[in-house]
Amino acid sequence: MDIHEYQAKERFRSVGIPVPPGRVVGTPEEAEVAAEEYGGTVVIKAQVHSGGRGKAGGVKLAKHAIEARDYASQILGMDINGFSVDKVLVTPAEDIDTEAYVGVLLDRKAQAATFMVSPEGGIDIEEVAHTSPNAIRKLSVDPRYGMLPHQAYWLASFLYDDPSLVNQARKIIAQLYDAFVSSGASMAEINPLITTPAGEVKAIDAKMSIDDSELFRRPEIAEMRDTSSEPPSETKAREAGLSYVKLEGDVGCCVNGAGLAMATMDLVKYYGGEPANFLDIGGSSNPDKVVAALEIITSDPKVKVILFNIFGGITRCDDVANGIIEAIENIDIELPIVIRLTGTNEDLALKILEDAGLSAYTSMDEVVEKAVELAGVA
Amino acid sequence: MAIFIDSDTKVVVQGITGRDGSFHTREMMAYGTRVVAGVTPGKGSQTFEGPNGSSVPIFNGMDEAVRETGADTSVIYVPPRFAAGAILEAAESGVDLIVAITEGIPVLDMARAHAFARDRGVRVLGPNCPGLISPGKSKVGILPGQIVAEGPIGVVSRSGTLTYEAVFQLTTAGLGQTTCVGIGGDPLIGTNFISCLEAFEEDPETTAVVMIGEIGGTDEQEAATYVKENMSKPVVGFIAGQTAPPGRRMGHAGAIISGSSGTAEEKIRVFNENGISVAIRPADIVGLLKSRLA
Repeated sequence: MDIHEYQAKERFRSVGIPVPPGRVVGTPEEAEVAAEEYGGTVVIKAQVHSGGRGKAGGVKLAKHAIEARDYASQILGMDINGFSVDKVLVTPAEDIDTEAYVGVLLDRKAQAATFMVSPEGGIDIEEVAHTSPNAIRKLSVDPRYGMLPHQAYWLASFLYDDPSLVNQARKIIAQLYDAFVSSGASMAEINPLITTPAGEVKAIDAKMSIDDSELFRRPEIAEMRDTSSEPPSETKAREAGLSYVKLEGDVGCCVNGAGLAMATMDLVKYYGGEPANFLDIGGSSNPDKVVAALEIITSDPKVKVILFNIFGGITRCDDVANGIIEAIENIDIELPIVIRLTGTNEDLALKILEDAGLSAYTSMDEVVEKAVELAGVA
Repeated sequence: MAIFIDSDTKVVVQGITGRDGSFHTREMMAYGTRVVAGVTPGKGSQTFEGPNGSSVPIFNGMDEAVRETGADTSVIYVPPRFAAGAILEAAESGVDLIVAITEGIPVLDMARAHAFARDRGVRVLGPNCPGLISPGKSKVGILPGQIVAEGPIGVVSRSGTLTYEAVFQLTTAGLGQTTCVGIGGDPLIGTNFISCLEAFEEDPETTAVVMIGEIGGTDEQEAATYVKENMSKPVVGFIAGQTAPPGRRMGHAGAIISGSSGTAEEKIRVFNENGISVAIRPADIVGLLKSRLA
């Protein structure tokens, strides 16, 4: 789960990282008031779950309160890479001497939180890692011992020569690790970490993603979820305990298991169609889940056909078939439905479905081809 | 022969009295797995009733369970908030293999648990995996026993039902399996593709391997290099997620394209470059395998 810049900054402040003050507002008038109170030049920053905010015009420097109001009114309601802006952060502008990069993420290969720091700030770290790896210092933190003082120092001394700056950065790096662990993050980033002419080191931007599996034990972070930044169907799916990602095509997919769900989408594409979604109904044949899945899929107006692909293993196909029929009886669906069921008790399942007048297949290729054909006709 | 588990494997089930644990314990026992103990804290000295009048003693802790029964493998059906703790306990109990079925364990917990198990030389499979099955010998986890058959093919996969799909097609085509291993869909897993490929390469009965990957991470790419440099046996591959958008988690916590890294396209290219035959559809796996074995 991504959290907003202003939320990540709250987490950073709570562990002691120096972050300039800021106020999140939803109207130009509130932006004006905030700018007035801070005095001087402020930055107006769109709060959306997307990179490239600056390039899209979502970050503006306002020299006085009236300008802050005007920029806020431009930015609020703006669309940035498909995300609509409904909040801006107003924060005093800082005098910047240098910009550096400090980030930490869960590295799959090292199986540990891994820091990357670079004296070149405002960069795309992935690109720099690729093009000039020497501009980055990297360190994996042993989860058994945490960030050790000399490791934080080693990273900080790659950013600065001045001992006072190194000392400040060393603390910030150790604090960033604390924020990462105490938030259950999978990624945390300060980009840029600045130095000011007065010789202070500060985080003027903040980015953080939280491991979804941590949310059950961190209710204060779970509350930070901004459902306005996702399609309503994704919110509904999460509440129903379904794994769902909305896509742009017209073949609605309902599959058990994540790998098979991806393979089904790929096969839709292979046969010339476009999947409308990723949806994993899990191992359960619970009719409630099937009903929820069908409601979510049919709420997407682009969907022209619904494709079920179920591999019964431990899950019995006849249970799933009954679930599908119960679901169809409970919600009004006008779209064509094609179903593939194979595995345990498939014969029983096919009979149940055919008796109910539904097309049923046992081969994944056949059913996908049929679904693509129906999407083309509809 | 088979890899990691065979008919001698003695299994202890952590979370044996839970809904999933009890169901799958009966399934495993019905398949012929030697389930020798169960662990549920607070339920020690009770007995778990298996199929056909069989029973399994329940212990409060792993130490006692292993000491009393000589179990060498643990399988974990414990809920996410306690599962990492269960892995730590298992790693100190004397078992050689821990199969962690649980989905949704916090990744930072797993970073610690993997390090702890590694220090003690204990293999962890998963988490968030379906386990493994050596047809006709033993199954540990939740893979359906009825879709596999004994034979010479090794199967290793990050997925559950997609593995069943592939295995079912193999079985239907008369290509039985030595062992089918689900390594798990999480970002931090204990046993990767390379570990399984090494074991299949060493297993005299395995003649070819099917490797099923998906988007996210670089495990498949490293495995491909390993195949080229170290494997004499043919490998057929499949990668799920060619239509997955970047930056979105596709069900599995580890199935996410980060920036430009971990795409299906990249993995398929690396497979091809390293002599792995890539099936474009799951239905092509059997044909490719037969042509490589011919």
